[in-house]
Amino acid sequence: MAEQTAKRQVSVPMMADLAARGETPEVLFWVGCAGAFDDRYKRVTRAFVRILEHVGVNYAVLGMEETCTGDPAKRAGNEFLFQMQAMQNITTLNGYGIKKVVTACPHCFNTIKNEYPALGGEYEVIHHSTFLQQLINEGRVKAEGGESFKGRRITFHDSCYLGRANNIYEAPRAVLEVLDADLLEMKRCKTNGLCCGAGGAQMWKEPEPGKKDVNIERAEEALATLDGDADVLLNLQGVESTAPVLPAGSNRGGSVIAVACPFCMTMMADGVKNKEREQDVQVFDLAELIASAEGLNA
Amino acid sequence: MLYQLSYITSSWFPGGVVAVGEHKSSKAFSTCKRQAKKIFRAQHRKLKAVICYAYRVYFGLNSKPTQIPVHFSIQNILFLLVAVAGFGLFIWQARKIRANILVGRDRDMSGHVNERLWKTVLVAFGQQKMFKRLTPAILHLIVYVGFIVINIEVIEILIDGLFGTHRVLQFLGPLYSALTGTNEILGALVVLAVAAFWWRRNVKGIRRFTGPELRAWPKLDANIILYIEVALMAALFLMNSADLKLHQLEGKDLPGAFPISQFLTGLLPENTTALHALERVGWWAHIVGILCFLNYLPSSKHFHIIMAFPNVYFSRLMPQGQFSNVDSITHEVKAMMDPTYEVPTPPASEGAEAAPTAFGAKDVNDLAWTNLLHAYSCTECGRCTSVCPANLTGKLLSPRKIIMDTRDRMEEKYNSPLIFNPNLYGKEAKHDPQEQLDKENHTLLRGYVTPEELWACTTCNACVEACPVNINPLESIIEMRRFLVLEESAAPNSLNVMFSNIENNGAPWAFSPSDRFNWADDLYVADKSATVA
Repeated sequence: MAEQTAKRQVSVPMMADLAARGETPEVLFWVGCAGAFDDRYKRVTRAFVRILEHVGVNYAVLGMEETCTGDPAKRAGNEFLFQMQAMQNITTLNGYGIKKVVTACPHCFNTIKNEYPALGGEYEVIHHSTFLQQLINEGRVKAEGGESFKGRRITFHDSCYLGRANNIYEAPRAVLEVLDADLLEMKRCKTNGLCCGAGGAQMWKEPEPGKKDVNIERAEEALATLDGDADVLLNLQGVESTAPVLPAGSNRGGSVIAVACPFCMTMMADGVKNKEREQDVQVFDLAELIASAEGLNA
Repeated sequence: MLYQLSYITSSWFPGGVVAVGEHKSSKAFSTCKRQAKKIFRAQHRKLKAVICYAYRVYFGLNSKPTQIPVHFSIQNILFLLVAVAGFGLFIWQARKIRANILVGRDRDMSGHVNERLWKTVLVAFGQQKMFKRLTPAILHLIVYVGFIVINIEVIEILIDGLFGTHRVLQFLGPLYSALTGTNEILGALVVLAVAAFWWRRNVKGIRRFTGPELRAWPKLDANIILYIEVALMAALFLMNSADLKLHQLEGKDLPGAFPISQFLTGLLPENTTALHALERVGWWAHIVGILCFLNYLPSSKHFHIIMAFPNVYFSRLMPQGQFSNVDSITHEVKAMMDPTYEVPTPPASEGAEAAPTAFGAKDVNDLAWTNLLHAYSCTECGRCTSVCPANLTGKLLSPRKIIMDTRDRMEEKYNSPLIFNPNLYGKEAKHDPQEQLDKENHTLLRGYVTPEELWACTTCNACVEACPVNINPLESIIEMRRFLVLEESAAPNSLNVMFSNIENNGAPWAFSPSDRFNWADDLYVADKSATVA
């Protein structure tokens, strides 16, 4: 079947082109710096665009007109730089008369949704987990015809800026449910979710001296959840796990740690690698899982 | 009927109370005492009339009303003095605390009254967030309900103390039995819960009851609270059981129900004089203990029993991910981008002398008043620190320490309550004269909270989510980061690199802006509609 599927090249619609033709898109896809530059997260951006193209959403991107929302500057205390970035982006978005923004980055989502309005940028902002949930609810995405996740183990790692920051806990889980996989919750999930360690501008600096890196702690918890290893879970309180690392591939192959944030993606993938489990546990974004379940990769 | 009632009350209240007030200030104490006795005796007759009348009206009974024993003595004068002193001292301390909180920067928390009240009912009154951890939640609920219900009896103690009545609420009849019975059972449960708390804190070795900020005074304070609670309950049981035995020996019925004290009477002497003395000891210990405890609160983490309510009421309503925008910076940036932008001038009355304020927070007075209110609402339970990813992985940051440091620094710089023992984290042992002289850096930032702690925060909001009384340590952390970056350019070097990347490339990484759209190159999508066709 797969080889018979036709494929077509996507020409991603640029906002400037649409504006030149006097058109306004239904929704602007805010790609974000990680989505545009980080090699791993570029694949998420491409997967999300495939979904948008597949269901025929009227969308556009800013392309080179997009710049950092200012989130890392603001969390690091550089309010001046944040507001410079924010004003610049608001000028661009307002100039195009944008009403609705979708983004695959919880940090961009939080900043544009919560912090731009006071500076003059009011939009309907939606995270891609909620957007995907809507497409599924409307029956426009069925997660059929592609890779099957039936019976595979998936655990979702809550992003702080999606969960606690904006109370979005159910949308990503609803998206994962259509995969018909074996969904497992980590002990620390939803409101109690443990940070991946990258928020608050930690992504760009070395951690302070301590016993352990945050992403290792979280990766151990995710792996123990996927392995069903209660002993490791009991010992997790910042203490380096002494439990033997399972030989790669010996366990349930194809287990997935699902994320919905570029920084969580980096941190969890590093953690899995540190535990030498990248052979049998993969880290995927929701959009990647849906795109491959829908059979959109070409 | 109504007329009669209002006549009695109006004739009773005004004269007596005013007269006491006047004579209290007079120097002729003995005259005052005689006068007061006379007035109080007159009041008692009227009080009894009112109570008996109310009893008959409300319960519709024709039977003879209960005779409330009245024995007015020097004790009642003494009690009045003790009560006035106790409450007066508390008000004096509370005003100091209020002044400390108002040192903080102005922040508008008005409006949304219904939403705020509802949240106060759920989170503060209903302890909603406590129930994330079941065992401590149940233990805490027992002590909390015990505190509220047993305090109804404190109203009785106050009336008895002032007017020489004995168990004045007995006119409630069966309701009084229910009240005293509930109090006794709750009192016993409180003792058990407090014992469990003590064991958890001192024996079980729960991680959140440890840490550098929880040594010395805070550690002692936590145990003192538990001891005082047990002492208060012991006084209550002593009072009840002595009273019960006294009545039994005299062959009289004591109104009320005493499910616990009835088993304690065997421990007491058979002598009525001794029993009477013990009943008085229990009574005085209970009420004096409560007044002492009330005045201990401002120096203690136990102040949360009062401050939790305003703290929850004034907590943030916006999403936790939303950080404040600094208005003065907004004006600057707008003026930079648009030369015609006019920065709105602050009201002339204040503008003339208002000193230019620093960006962010170096000391407690740079924080918003709500952040200072947080410091007085903290009961140092450590739920914040126990879920902090930085703290869990061995970094210095502890959100609880930041809140406790804020309180210590406030009381060091401004007003302090009766007991003030700031946590110096071992500095007192060093006797470093240079450090003592280094007043410049002796502020909340650096004097108490080090930049290393601040930079370890991932802004994940776990501490904010965990706090049962809606304290927000993250706001204070960000304010201090702002000071480090905007006033001192003291960010870690790697973050300065990130800042310049954003400035130059529009991205936190060193990528060329012209590569921003490269992700869209050679992008294909499976055309499922084509397959179907």
